[in-house]
Amino acid sequence: MYKVKVYVTLRESVLDPQGKAVQQSLSSLGYNGVEDVRIGKYMELQFDDTVTDVEGTVKEVCEKLLSNPVIEDYRYEIEESAKQ
Amino acid sequence: MSLTLEPNPQQIKEEKLYRTMGLTDEEFGKVEEILGRLPNYAETGLFSVMWSEHCSYKNSKPVLRKFPTEGEHVLQGPGEGAGIVDIGDGQAVVFKIESHNHPSAIEPYQGAATGVGGIIRDVFSMGARPVAILNSLRFGELETSRVKYLFEEVVAGIAGYGNCIGIPTVGGEIQFDPSYDGNPLVNAMCVGLIDHKDIQKGQAKGVGNTVMYVGAKTGRDGIHGATFASEELSESSEEKRPAVQVGDPFMEKLLLEACLELIHNDALIGIQDMGAAGLTSSSAEMASKSGSGMEMNLDLIPQRETGMTPYEMMLSESQERMLIVVKKGREKEIEDLFAKYGLEAASVGVVTDDKMLRLLHKGEVAAEVPVDALAEDAPVYHKPSAEPQYFRDFQAMEPKAPEVADYKETLVKLLQQPTISSKEWVYDQYDYQVRTNTVVAPGSDAAVIRLRGTNKALAMTTDCNSRYIYLDPKTGGKIAVAEAARNIICSGARPLAITDGLNYGSPENPGVFWQLEESADGISEACLALQSPVIGGNVSLYNETNGTAIYPTPIIGMVGLIEDIAHITTQAAKQAGDLVYVIGEAENEFGGSELQKMTNGGEIFGKSPAIDLTVEKARQDALLAAIQNGVVQSAHDISEGGFAVALVEKLFGTGLGADVSLEGEATVALFAETQSRFIVTVKAENKEAFEAAVQDAKQIGEVTAEPVVSIQVNGEEVVQAPVNELEDAWKGAIPCLLNSEA
Amino acid sequence: MKFAVIVFPGSNCDVDMYHAVKDELGEQVDLVWHDVDNLDQYDGILLPGGFSYGDYLRSGAIAHMSNVMAAVKKAAEAGKPVLGVCNGFQILLESGLLPGAMLRNKNLKFICRTVELTVENNETMFTSLYEKGEKISIPVAHGEGNYYCDDETLAKLKENNQIAFTYASDVNGSLSDIAGITNEKGNVLGMMPHPERAVDDLLGSADGLKLFQSIVKHWRDSHVVNA
Repeated sequence: MYKVKVYVTLRESVLDPQGKAVQQSLSSLGYNGVEDVRIGKYMELQFDDTVTDVEGTVKEVCEKLLSNPVIEDYRYEIEESAKQ
Repeated sequence: MSLTLEPNPQQIKEEKLYRTMGLTDEEFGKVEEILGRLPNYAETGLFSVMWSEHCSYKNSKPVLRKFPTEGEHVLQGPGEGAGIVDIGDGQAVVFKIESHNHPSAIEPYQGAATGVGGIIRDVFSMGARPVAILNSLRFGELETSRVKYLFEEVVAGIAGYGNCIGIPTVGGEIQFDPSYDGNPLVNAMCVGLIDHKDIQKGQAKGVGNTVMYVGAKTGRDGIHGATFASEELSESSEEKRPAVQVGDPFMEKLLLEACLELIHNDALIGIQDMGAAGLTSSSAEMASKSGSGMEMNLDLIPQRETGMTPYEMMLSESQERMLIVVKKGREKEIEDLFAKYGLEAASVGVVTDDKMLRLLHKGEVAAEVPVDALAEDAPVYHKPSAEPQYFRDFQAMEPKAPEVADYKETLVKLLQQPTISSKEWVYDQYDYQVRTNTVVAPGSDAAVIRLRGTNKALAMTTDCNSRYIYLDPKTGGKIAVAEAARNIICSGARPLAITDGLNYGSPENPGVFWQLEESADGISEACLALQSPVIGGNVSLYNETNGTAIYPTPIIGMVGLIEDIAHITTQAAKQAGDLVYVIGEAENEFGGSELQKMTNGGEIFGKSPAIDLTVEKARQDALLAAIQNGVVQSAHDISEGGFAVALVEKLFGTGLGADVSLEGEATVALFAETQSRFIVTVKAENKEAFEAAVQDAKQIGEVTAEPVVSIQVNGEEVVQAPVNELEDAWKGAIPCLLNSEA
Repeated sequence: MKFAVIVFPGSNCDVDMYHAVKDELGEQVDLVWHDVDNLDQYDGILLPGGFSYGDYLRSGAIAHMSNVMAAVKKAAEAGKPVLGVCNGFQILLESGLLPGAMLRNKNLKFICRTVELTVENNETMFTSLYEKGEKISIPVAHGEGNYYCDDETLAKLKENNQIAFTYASDVNGSLSDIAGITNEKGNVLGMMPHPERAVDDLLGSADGLKLFQSIVKHWRDSHVVNA
């Protein structure tokens, strides 16, 4: 059993209007030290034992569906999880 | 999973645990008497939700009985998911309004979104295709960051749900007043269309027929939402609140399409939304209405979480679920139908003839209760009612016009009051065009939806000036209905019926209960006079924050029929040279007016404007006849802000101006909120025909090509302004308030 | 000419597209459920607006994995007209039939209003009945219509005349005010504004009708030989 954490964020070159709004809001609350905010998505995938190449599969689904390479980057962490 | 430790029946009684669920000592005693034994935890829960005000109307029933509910065209009055009115050609219109105030006060986005989702389900569970949504919203003044947050999130929640499911949000109204500061109102209305032959009922007939559960899985969300809605909000509400229900408009879109396919399948016996009190109300009500019973195996209920108890499953208010009864042996067909939409339909029980709701769980009977006891036998209370002192004080006051130094400046300030100002910031976020039937979009008196394939259209509106109702509930109640009807008439439609969303403070307060009774009397009188019966609605009591009640707010949702799309009329002036008429004279009436509130530090006082329903009806009939005869170019009722506001609203967005002359005292002529009045424009060539049709109409000037408004009173020009200057003030007010620092 | 309107779970402008073609254009049209894998019988493919799969994950992301999309690609390769409106445009972007991607509107809010568009290229099968530079009124209704692509792609779009429509003034923050683009071949058009909502003066504008008429004209010109 593997638990995979996937993080999808807008690419650096792409303007993130949501992040910008949050950054401005923080600044108006007095948190002037927060220079930039980037908002992304966090996903948890639970793999069962039938998947042999977990890493390869994760990359594949990230590229095919979970992220849009035109505007987004992804990274992931794979954790072994105990059987219930 | 954690072991669930539920109190036993003895503990529930001795430790009075039923009180935490909202049952009184007397009510618990009645439950014991009905069952002939002590109820267990789950059974106590069933009674507590079904006997809550939200489900049983135990406090408001005596008031609701006052409403006229019958009419020539009414096919279904109050009692089902929504009311139904015949519109000819084998078609009918289905509509209802419902409040989601308490959830929206706690979590505004999801509260508003699930309010929209719930009212849509009420309509399509009748077998109707939802064609439009309207919303009536009330907030405190847009001054604090909390109110701004509530306002922005409620609007976003409505948009998020309605836009995704693809039903146009075509209208509604929004008012701001300090009385709603801690207790915003979110009332959503849905209008649907149906062919008579497709009308469905929430019934569970035929012993042995199968009870099926369709839609989203059940989780622990919203448990005891109905009870929560029946209590006042206080500072501890945050802690007490049930897990917030989260709306899934995509799921509901699938459920909607699947259910509208289902109604054409003759295996279907009955269908009901799992709204407030979820599985409990849908199962008990369907069985009770049909004189039957129901047995359900809770192990078969699709569950989103593990280890749920019968209590939790029965009281969950997870969204986007329906309970249906189908002919025995036809389950597979139904499963396949839902599977096409990616939905699960699970057989969970059978219809019985013993009039009991029997719930099985893990091989044991978890609850066994008479269905009628749940659905019909809730106690009915006749709460004490007392005319409050404030009313006597206000009635004793002499009419007094506020002091106005500069008429133009006052007009500009009125246009900037958020209640009057443009709501474009709001409806810009609503998809009001999807399904391409919206002929008159938000911003005119009533929204108009064409009926594709016919030459007819529907007009719809929501209205309620709660300030008048606070000052004088009976008169205010009449005005609310009359104003809704004026909006319908101005769009070229004949009123068909209303749905009412009754929002009040705590009925334990005799003054509040008096407001409820009096306003219901006023509404009833107006419904009779204007031939527009009440076909359904919703009651929301306990709208109080830390002991202070909201203004009494019975929102009137009205639908009218336009017999020929050629009759569709809007408020906007059409062309230069048209004659401007006013119907009805202004009187010195400023009690509860926008001008009074604005010039008196937000406070209102005195008598509300008066209304004579005979005059109202005569003017409405005359104006509608003139519209139907094709001699009216534009029509707009005079409401908040009085004549001057109504006149310039007619010019916004048209590129036109107007030059008019009035008589009388200038403040009264410009800003009084005297009722039963309209401003109409007419082509010069139709002057005689119009004047013959509308005897009360008085020509006061013309529409001009130059976009300037000029108003003279007794021959002296009191307002002179470029229309775009006024329009900028009117349009900019809400964005400006939202952007200013709290 | 026979059109297919593809219906995904969550599509909600499907009936609008259907009625525009059937009632206003007077051509044949079917609503086609997303699980079919053959569109050979159709001469034109229309991907309607809405919230396919709730627009969960990203607008159009899940829909582009549907069965029917292989058939849509095949139709595009065969040179048939493929029009994606709003969510349909987002699906075309996700599936790679058109370049670029959509971001949330600059003001972070859903925007529904009738806007003015400029016809940038009237030499496509979708725009031939418009004048170049013509201003038309078409409604928008979207939360994610802020078009984005990298500089290289933008340069290519311009060079190949692939920008069909632009907003006459900024609506949602789109790069170069882009409202609609075609593929290089010119037979796939994606646009955020809804031409199917602008086919009847009763509802405010009929400026979208010429777009559909252009498609039909192109089809007739290329199919009716020696008539």
